[in-house]
Amino acid sequence: MDQIMEEDFRVIDNCLIIRLPEEVDHHQAGYISENADKHLLRKEVRHVVFDFENTRFMDSSGIGIIMGRYRKISCFGGRVYAIHADSQIQRIFKVSGLHKIVEIM
Amino acid sequence: MRNEMEILFDAISDNEGFARVAVAAFVSHLNPTLEELSDIKTAVSEAVTNSIIHGYENLYGYGRPGRGPAAAQEVHPGKVQILCALEGDMLQIQIKDQGKGMENVEQAMEPLFTTKPELERSGMGFAFMEAFMDDLEVESSPGQGTTVRMKKKLGCGSWIEV
Ligand SMILES: Nc1ncnc2c1ncn2[C@@H]1O[C@H](COP(=O)(O)OP(=O)(O)OP(=O)(O)O)[C@@H](O)[C@H]1O
Ligand SMILES: [Mg+2]
Repeated sequence: MDQIMEEDFRVIDNCLIIRLPEEVDHHQAGYISENADKHLLRKEVRHVVFDFENTRFMDSSGIGIIMGRYRKISCFGGRVYAIHADSQIQRIFKVSGLHKIVEIM
Repeated sequence: MRNEMEILFDAISDNEGFARVAVAAFVSHLNPTLEELSDIKTAVSEAVTNSIIHGYENLYGYGRPGRGPAAAQEVHPGKVQILCALEGDMLQIQIKDQGKGMENVEQAMEPLFTTKPELERSGMGFAFMEAFMDDLEVESSPGQGTTVRMKKKLGCGSWIEV
């Protein structure tokens, strides 16, 4: 299984863009959240973009990652976006109600 | 015809991916749709992850760049057992741990209920199992462990796809 790396986190303008791994589960969730928060400490970062281009699987651990980042940035007017989410990932968003707080593009 | 398989593995996060793929592979000769496979993988992942995190309190995932194998970490010992049975197009999955169990199963199964909010658990695990499988039963008692039983009818998709 592929492993998310430091270079999967990029800051462009005021957005933190996270390229998620092929499988987003509890195994990798801790690293993704910790590393995201490290970048969010930089004061120019306002929004978070989750890029699902390579992602074929996500369970409730992914919901936790996204909700957790949303809680951290929404009080400062930050938004959470999801890009390249395939139909399976979008089903997970729907069932969990996450589509109400994440902008799916 | 009945077809069964059983796997037993250590309750560490490294095995989460293996467990859901093993179950998906077990049903692959029935030509399940991508959606069915994804449903099964998600449900298995939820139950197995619950056993690891809540049952045995192996809270942290080991998937990090540059880290050694999980054997180098301190873990609470424990096993998770998966039993699968196929009868025709009906798949039954039983996922069992001998971890710490739950006092109140009904409450645990409510959407958004979690005992580990500090770990960013969202309380969606049982809700996913319920949504993606046709039937869900949970048996648990404190100190005894937890058994999750799920059923799903397969083959609602196309059989003659090329
Ligand atoms: N195998 C288990 N052993 C002990 N307790 C469990 C087990 N499975 C679930 N629980 C309890 O039930 C609660 C709800 O489980 P559920 O999977 O719905 O949510 P969660 O695991 O807390 O969060 P999420 O699955 O969204 O990450 C857990 O917080 C835990 O207290
Ligand atoms: Mg869970």
